[in-house]
Amino acid sequence: MKILGVDSSGMTASAALVQDGVLAGEYTINHKKTHSQTLLPMISEMMKMVETDIHSVDAIAVAAGPGSFTGLRIGAATVKGLGFAIDKPVVPVPTLEGLAFNMWGSEDFVCPIMDARRNQVYTGLYVLKDAPETVIAQKASDIHDLISEINDYGKPVTFLGDGVPVFKEIILKELSVPCRFAPAHLNLQRAASVALLGEIYYNQGKAISADEFAPFYLRKSQAEREREEMQREGKL
Amino acid sequence: MKDIAVLGIESSCDETAAAVVLNGREVKSNIIYSQIDIHKLYGGVVPEIASRKHIEKINYVIKEALREAEMTLEDIDAIAVTYGPGLVGALLVGVGAAKAISYAADIPLVGVNHIEGHISANYIENESLVPPFMCLVASGGHSHIVKVTDYGKYEIIGRTRDDAAGEAFDKVARALGLGYPGGPKVDALAKEGNPDAIKFPRAVVEGAPYDFSFSGLKSAVLNYLNGCAMKKTEVNRADVAASFQQAVIDVLTEHTIQAAIDNNCKQVALAGGVAANSSLREALQNVCERKGLEFFRPSNIFCTDNAAMIAVAGYHEFMNGVRSGLDLNAVPNLPIGARV
Repeated sequence: MKILGVDSSGMTASAALVQDGVLAGEYTINHKKTHSQTLLPMISEMMKMVETDIHSVDAIAVAAGPGSFTGLRIGAATVKGLGFAIDKPVVPVPTLEGLAFNMWGSEDFVCPIMDARRNQVYTGLYVLKDAPETVIAQKASDIHDLISEINDYGKPVTFLGDGVPVFKEIILKELSVPCRFAPAHLNLQRAASVALLGEIYYNQGKAISADEFAPFYLRKSQAEREREEMQREGKL
Repeated sequence: MKDIAVLGIESSCDETAAAVVLNGREVKSNIIYSQIDIHKLYGGVVPEIASRKHIEKINYVIKEALREAEMTLEDIDAIAVTYGPGLVGALLVGVGAAKAISYAADIPLVGVNHIEGHISANYIENESLVPPFMCLVASGGHSHIVKVTDYGKYEIIGRTRDDAAGEAFDKVARALGLGYPGGPKVDALAKEGNPDAIKFPRAVVEGAPYDFSFSGLKSAVLNYLNGCAMKKTEVNRADVAASFQQAVIDVLTEHTIQAAIDNNCKQVALAGGVAANSSLREALQNVCERKGLEFFRPSNIFCTDNAAMIAVAGYHEFMNGVRSGLDLNAVPNLPIGARV
């Protein structure tokens, strides 16, 4: 079984191929260049290096959100085009579950945080057994609210994600439980985690057609939020 | 000679579209999913909502275009996709999908300029239209006079210095309480009004005889409406619409015809969303007849954003040897005639 994994939910662009449980290739770039210019050339290069025809892939696992709206859509457009052209399904992997899976084997709670701006993070809280088990499902949260939730659980926690450098100071100041921060090789989105988790979800029957796949953003567009606000206030 | 089939993909604004065109003329399918009803709620296109809708619809329009053309990807010789100008988030959906299909199905990819697509829409139904010719491109975001020197070769002769013609229509429509999109609504209301009732200015840009400026005209309309409100005189909205529209049409028509004559072009074409405006069409056609110029325009279905026009423009690029790489990016301000 071959699973192509793709993650472009944040600054990192990553592609990986997992073949019968073996990581055949992984290509990750954490650089400011836009995913539109990097992601597909990376997939193409990786597939060439591992001498694998894209048509032999059984399913495409993708970090499905949350994340940067544009980043998610570049990933989505790419896997939808690929899935259509090779007639294979897409396995949506929640971004934060993919990130948490980097920390397989951790005894701590695992808390991925992605910078969602305005003092908010995209986050979730997980226990790692085989696949991440959800303690708090992924959501957008104020960083202070998240910390107080974690304090209430009273268990040690490992943080990872691109929100760490942004919020580390606040965490260290307000957190009352022991904590650790993941090292660089585990800290960011990795398509290998997405592909492996994707394989588990594929076997659970969670694959969908490429045509119907769309990212989950966890946030409405600003225009929709403002319109709803006006409706609530009876201005519309 | 073997037929060349091009799959066109367009997602630059609020239409998700795909089409299959043979040999740059014969439209086998032209599928358009319009989001206009959603954006109407907001009085204009909301980029984030547009981008989300494109992602939901993109595969369906492509599949439908192939199905209606009774083809599969194996029959396609090239994929043409709009990579600019337009809303960056919206463009990225079409570009991303097109690149992925191009890679996985091993089909050559050609990035197409949306405006050049609008111009190329004229080739679909007008076999006698052959470059060089002069083209007026007018849409919500663009107002250009372009000389098409050859297939796939463009030279900008005139441009707007501020608002696009369609933008001015939208703003005046809003001021008149007509809603969005403004073009068709102003056009309809103008039919009941007197175009000579109110004297609105026709701006000339000094030293640039083919350029446009519509912001002064727009302000003049808003000032007129404010003045009426202050004096508590009743506004004849139909007269305002007709007089405003006439001012826009006069400038667009005069500059285009002058550009054609000065550049020895015997053929004049109209393109873009505003090309669907019936009064503009008639005015340009009438002047062309008077001046002995041949006038062309696409049917309305090819005036709005569509992918058939992208496939046609892409066909000529493809035949000219143009190929885009897997790193093709969206270019929101892509100039006409640029090859990025």
